[in-house]
Amino acid sequence: MKNPENIIEVRDLEINFHTYAGEVKAIRDVSFDLRKGETLAIVGESGSGKSVTTRSLMGLLAPNAEIKKGSIMFHGEDIIKKSEKDMQHIRGKDIAMIFQDPMTSLDPTMRIGMQIAEPLMKHKGLKKKEAIAQALEMLKLVGITDPEGRINDYPYQFSGGMRQRIVIAIALVCYPEVLIADEPTTALDVTIQAQILDLMKDLQNRIDTSIIFITHDLGVVAGMADRVAVMYAGKIVEYGTVDEIFFNPQHPYTWGLLNSMPTLDTASGSLRAIPGTPPDLLDPPVGDAFAARSDYAMKIDTEKEPPFFKVSDTHYAATWLLHPDAPKVTPPAEIVRRQKKFAAMQKPKAPISNSDSKE
Amino acid sequence: MPDARKKILEVHHLKQYFNVGKRDEVRAVDDVSFDIYEGETFGLVGESGSGKTTAGRAIIHLYEPTSGEIIFNGQDVSKLHTKKQMHAFRRQIQMIFQDPYASLNPRMKVKDIVAEGIDIHGLAKDDADRTKQVEDLLETVGLNKDHSSRYPHEFSGGQRQRIGIARALAVEPKFIIADEPISALDVSIQAQVVNLLKELQVKQNLTYLFIAHDLSMVKYISDRIGVMHYGKILEIGPADEVYNHPLHAYTKSLISAVPVPDPEFERNRIQVPYDESREKDDKKRRMVEIAPGHFIRASEDEVAMYTQRAVDAGLING
Repeated sequence: MKNPENIIEVRDLEINFHTYAGEVKAIRDVSFDLRKGETLAIVGESGSGKSVTTRSLMGLLAPNAEIKKGSIMFHGEDIIKKSEKDMQHIRGKDIAMIFQDPMTSLDPTMRIGMQIAEPLMKHKGLKKKEAIAQALEMLKLVGITDPEGRINDYPYQFSGGMRQRIVIAIALVCYPEVLIADEPTTALDVTIQAQILDLMKDLQNRIDTSIIFITHDLGVVAGMADRVAVMYAGKIVEYGTVDEIFFNPQHPYTWGLLNSMPTLDTASGSLRAIPGTPPDLLDPPVGDAFAARSDYAMKIDTEKEPPFFKVSDTHYAATWLLHPDAPKVTPPAEIVRRQKKFAAMQKPKAPISNSDSKE
Repeated sequence: MPDARKKILEVHHLKQYFNVGKRDEVRAVDDVSFDIYEGETFGLVGESGSGKTTAGRAIIHLYEPTSGEIIFNGQDVSKLHTKKQMHAFRRQIQMIFQDPYASLNPRMKVKDIVAEGIDIHGLAKDDADRTKQVEDLLETVGLNKDHSSRYPHEFSGGQRQRIGIARALAVEPKFIIADEPISALDVSIQAQVVNLLKELQVKQNLTYLFIAHDLSMVKYISDRIGVMHYGKILEIGPADEVYNHPLHAYTKSLISAVPVPDPEFERNRIQVPYDESREKDDKKRRMVEIAPGHFIRASEDEVAMYTQRAVDAGLING
């Protein structure tokens, strides 16, 4: 899969954490690509490894983490092999990150103008005056009202949504090639969330950034992503285009996730919860890690780990259900409904309208 | 309201101000009225700062209301003054909190957390009875009795929320205020907890006040919904009706912002902006029943407009 437009290529990544209880196998053989200008969403529950994966791209792993195997290629160079000093040149300039909590990711004692200008002075060697001028432009871009009047304010003087705009301004001020957004809107209200997501889409179009979007909110994924990777217990279990994952999912875990959300027309009755809890990664189960919680588990799921089966050129899923010898199963009703929609969508091959839903 | 069902809670013109008379006076809850019927789930939704949590806390009498009445089971809560009266009141009404990590004492064993209410209200005959009650409660919420001698840090978020639910159930309350009980949990675990709450409601005839900002989940669990904004309730009605045919512009805007797990829907989403200036004019507004059981906070001259909207939505005949 040598794709010329790949910006980041992660191959066979394995990361362990050393803890008092033993080795936690947080990332177990993860590979994926990030293409230019796209938004790749990584979905999964807490502990599935989505945040650890992206932290490794930034070189921000905790001291007790150890990269056992694999490579992260960025512009033909392996990020894993880079020194902390080299990483400091990449971090914030080529690869930037937005964190979940806008309340704690800003420096409370520093004026916001300075916080936005800082990366410019560090990475681009701009003088303070020029940097502040550009910071002002950035504040306008992210939609802070009265930017001239507010550039010297401190973070506590802003609301949560405004602070997240400032965090985005800091992340984008150097026009990074890659933006990693780790649950950027989880702490915000839906109305503010919608504004921030629109802002990110708009900025992506303008400066052609590739985005890795981490979230557990499937609604947000549906609106933001071009492609989706579903993680479970330290592995990617399914990946494909956003339509393939939402309308033609193949892995029982993806089914479970989509099924456990109330949709617009979910009538009363009970939600289809996924029973049980994710496995302990101190001692990951043999075979398909989701087998213990899956209604569709077969004997082989507890014996041998499923490889990726190809569904389409862009869609792969690691489940034995796709093996030619596997018995035919009927997915949950909601998934069948979605798959029908997918079949209907395939026929006319409608051109994907990328018209922004702004207004 | 022509309804034969029994009202378990009546809130009349509740006002909860903070820092009254100072420069930084906050009108967190400002003239809010609603009723909750026995056995139903009433969902209270709104953005952060809308006053939904304050309203919940005022009902359980964690604050002294600035003005207004809270009548629980025919009794005015603000007139409960002696310790004994409060004691009896709080046995009937319990709370489940948002953060399963912060709402359990990390130094207490699960059995002591769950039994705290039992101890305070003297509901156990002896130690064996106490242990039995705790074990039954843990089983009710889907944990097992081996868990009782563990500490909170040994549990996942979903399990902790179950412990919080067991603690609330320990005193056999009639009414539970659940303040964002699932927002800190993963999607697959959220559904488990919501199902548990629904199941318990049927089994133990509980009434819920469900406070949340996740509209799709609120719509799913609630019989009726109240929408709060800036300390006021703007719309109250049956859950499906409020969700599918919102009459107030704010509700419309709020619902249009909810992300839907459907890429096709998302590509065609139209977000409705909300102009809040109208809320701030000085017109007198009150709750008006536009359609049966569907109330809007409106001024006299707005009633005709809302009535027309209800006719257009097919809620009432024109």
